Amino acid sequence: MSKKQQKQQPQQAQQQQSKKPNKEVTKQYEQYVKQFTPKPKYFSNSLKAFVVGGCICAAALYIQNLLMDKGLSEKTAGAYVTVILVCTAQLLTGFGVFDTIGKFAGAGVFVPITGFANSMVAPAMEYKKEGPVLGVGAKLFSLAGAVLVCGITVSAIIGMIYYFIK
Amino acid sequence: MDYFYAFLIGGIMCVIGQILIDTTKLTAPRVLVIFVVAGAILTAFGWYEPIVKLAKNGATVPLPGFGYALAKGAMDGAKDGFMAAISGGLKNTAAGLTAAIGFGYIVALIFTPKSKR
Repeated sequence: MSKKQQKQQPQQAQQQQSKKPNKEVTKQYEQYVKQFTPKPKYFSNSLKAFVVGGCICAAALYIQNLLMDKGLSEKTAGAYVTVILVCTAQLLTGFGVFDTIGKFAGAGVFVPITGFANSMVAPAMEYKKEGPVLGVGAKLFSLAGAVLVCGITVSAIIGMIYYFIK
Repeated sequence: MDYFYAFLIGGIMCVIGQILIDTTKLTAPRVLVIFVVAGAILTAFGWYEPIVKLAKNGATVPLPGFGYALAKGAMDGAKDGFMAAISGGLKNTAAGLTAAIGFGYIVALIFTPKSKR
């Protein structure tokens, strides 16, 4: 604690003098913060993400094969798989289980389409008090909107480029 | 063997995401955006198609697969005219998006947020 105060005091004095954030001070402060930020366990985090993410993809392939055995075309079966994954993830988010899984697996559940589904429902539930239209309806897209806007824009640009090239 | 490749490629993509979150200051939504856009651009250059052929769901289930579906729809539509080129991306992902929006809305209306355990 005393160390912290010692380091902060000269910073404050300098900032009051110049008012503009001093670059050296910010650098020093960043280094100071770095000492206390716990280093993430890169290897174990990556391993967990790898195993969980891989399992989700393998499970998706299993469901797809089951559906294709029943005579669905590859495209329809793929759509069913996406819908099943999305709905499962959203239900789990509703029950509050997804956060627990997410804490363990990290990117393992956020990079597959399940993370996209979670990013829609989670903020929507939080803003329920603001009403069903402007609360839930609007916040459904507070995170997913960014993904949709960027993705759709890029796809439209790609489509136009391909149309003019060929 | 299909399952092995699906597991491997899907896992690798998640590891890339995990490393991006751990080592850089990118937040999770930014990582999602980067993945989708990267998937779409890789598809446009024709580099994502071989991965999908090899790993199937291992490549389509992670978010670059969403970008792949968007770009693929647009590229297929480009053969049928300008309007199809613009609408193709959404057409190809309509089922998943509609499910995510419709079902997500219902779930968010029914459930209340739980405190984290």
